Amino acid sequence: MGEICTERLTLAYDERAVVAGLDIVIPTGRVTALVGPNGCGKSTLLRGLARLLKPRGGSAYLDGRSIWRMPTRELARQLGILPQAPVAPEGLTVRDLVAQGRYPYHGWLNRWSEADEEAVARALDITGMVDLAHRPVDALSGGQRQRAWIAMALAQETKVLLLDEPTTYLDMHHQLEVLHLLRRLNREEGRTVVLVVHNLNHAARYSDHVVALSDGKVVAAGTPQEVVTSEVLREVFGVEAHILSDPDTGVPLCIPYALCENSNVRAPSMDSFAAPHTGHIHV
Amino acid sequence: MRRAWLVVGRQQTSLSFRLDRRVPVWLLGLAGAALVASVLSVGVGEYPISSLDVIRAVLGLETGNPDHSFIVRTLRLPRVLVALGIGAALAVSGVIMQGLTRNPLASPELTGVTAGASLAAVVLLVATPAASVVALPWAALLGAVIAAGLVYLLSWRGDDSPLRLILVGIGLTSIIGALTTVMVTFGEIDDVARALVWLTGSVYGTSWEGLRALVPWMAVFLPAALILARHLDVLHLGEDVARGLGSRVELQRGLLLLTAAALVAATVTVAGTVGFVGLIAPHIARRLVGPSHEGVLPTAALTGSLIVVLADLLGRTLFAPVEIPCGVVTAVIGAPFFMYLLYRNRNN
Ligand SMILES: Nc1ncnc2c1ncn2[C@@H]1O[C@H](COP(=O)(O)OP(=O)(O)OP(=O)(O)O)[C@@H](O)[C@H]1O
Ligand SMILES: [Mg+2]
Repeated sequence: MGEICTERLTLAYDERAVVAGLDIVIPTGRVTALVGPNGCGKSTLLRGLARLLKPRGGSAYLDGRSIWRMPTRELARQLGILPQAPVAPEGLTVRDLVAQGRYPYHGWLNRWSEADEEAVARALDITGMVDLAHRPVDALSGGQRQRAWIAMALAQETKVLLLDEPTTYLDMHHQLEVLHLLRRLNREEGRTVVLVVHNLNHAARYSDHVVALSDGKVVAAGTPQEVVTSEVLREVFGVEAHILSDPDTGVPLCIPYALCENSNVRAPSMDSFAAPHTGHIHV
Repeated sequence: MRRAWLVVGRQQTSLSFRLDRRVPVWLLGLAGAALVASVLSVGVGEYPISSLDVIRAVLGLETGNPDHSFIVRTLRLPRVLVALGIGAALAVSGVIMQGLTRNPLASPELTGVTAGASLAAVVLLVATPAASVVALPWAALLGAVIAAGLVYLLSWRGDDSPLRLILVGIGLTSIIGALTTVMVTFGEIDDVARALVWLTGSVYGTSWEGLRALVPWMAVFLPAALILARHLDVLHLGEDVARGLGSRVELQRGLLLLTAAALVAATVTVAGTVGFVGLIAPHIARRLVGPSHEGVLPTAALTGSLIVVLADLLGRTLFAPVEIPCGVVTAVIGAPFFMYLLYRNRNN
């Protein structure tokens, strides 16, 4: 359970389509990494899969049902999303933030139960946030903050977890910690995990399936060995890279060494700098 | 493990919720303070009455002076009760607006919602001078909703900049305020006291009739705010996170905004523009009990009640026998606080 796929999914802001007629299948019970250059539509796709963005055409499906036909609460119990760079209200403690993950389980009057209590305790424990639970989120370091948000998504107890750049802001140690955590959730609890990462070596090592996006299109999808190749890197990122094989595990390691001569990766234009990102409020 | 919060109700019972541990203590403390302030306020005036006699008269007991009952129960009590009520209503609508917009500067008077409600009520009064106290809140509600919609249209750009919302709100407030002044001046509202209410915000001369107009609105919309508290909590995390958690964002936003507008409309009808209560009370409440709304809403309500009762008391005693409307007192306290908030948010 927890199978996600899309059919001719078209996502757009204003007039411009970011993702057009996309068909992808996310393997159930696996860890999938979405990779691609800045602005290629990774966040947009994730938002489309989680019903944060209404499609212009096509649809996304969870276990064969169109996500737009499901009651919001039911979807939220099955699919959780951590958007890119969320901002917590001033003074909200980690524990209060994590408790919000239980929202889809509450009704008019029933607003807190033993199950909620346990889910919050478990989420804090898994993410190593127990000692920081009483601290305000805005008084934490970037990495601690990221883990607090992940804990909130975990408290939601969904079989599918979508995470937009969960390792950004983290140091090497905490990046690995988060990736280990996600893989553990997948291996031990069978959750389907989809994450956006920029570090290809992390994508290769910690995921079962890699989808490389460029300009809203899937350039390559498959196992890390199939996707992390010098051809794909040239086409998607416009870089020349050596591909080695990890001596222990055999997963590919990439070492970029030069920019392609005539790469088809657009240099960021001024309008993409000026384009406002929604949903981030600086209070 | 010691629970970090108080959990009320069990799974078997139909009602269960969690509260910050600080909430009950502060609620008791604030309720006590508001009660004391109210008793003092009823006792003060041209004809001072001791606190003990105030309590006796309110409870219908003999005080040994036949005038006490009339002075306390007919003249002074409704005024203090209205002050308590509008304080709570303004504070709750301020909490809702700040939570919805994720903007610490949002409040009914700074977003133009109060001004819209006043104008609509004045227009109704001028058009049909015999309009009953019962019809006024409906007109005010319409005005409040229109003003809220206008501010939203004019200031929304996808990102939410706290200062833009407030600039648009203040601009709208001054335009609507000017229109209101014109209406009051040329509209031949016979009742001078009533006109003054629209311009300054005062509980002067409120009767039981005013209180009766206020109570039904409070009885519906204060509980509504509490019921919506958990939705406000997730909306406070931002639109994307709220949607991801399964919030029907547009619906909840609409209900919350309607609740805030209705509470403002009811207060405006009875007491005009009592400014800054809806700005200050939420900040105090969050400082006391943290940002979870099930705790913030009642705490802010009592804080607002206390502020307005004290403002009214101060306004009557500072320069007695001259009375300063409580709206002027709250503005004198509130304006520096607003400056302080502006300063703190200057980087956004
Ligand atoms: N709210 C928005 N309104 C208009 N255009 C947007 C909006 N959000 C994103 N875009 C545009 O859509 C395109 C894809 O953006 P998206 O955020 O999906 O990229 P991304 O792959 O997640 O990039 P990054 O690696 O920088 O996070 C970009 O060109 C961006 O400018
Ligand atoms: Mg992104």
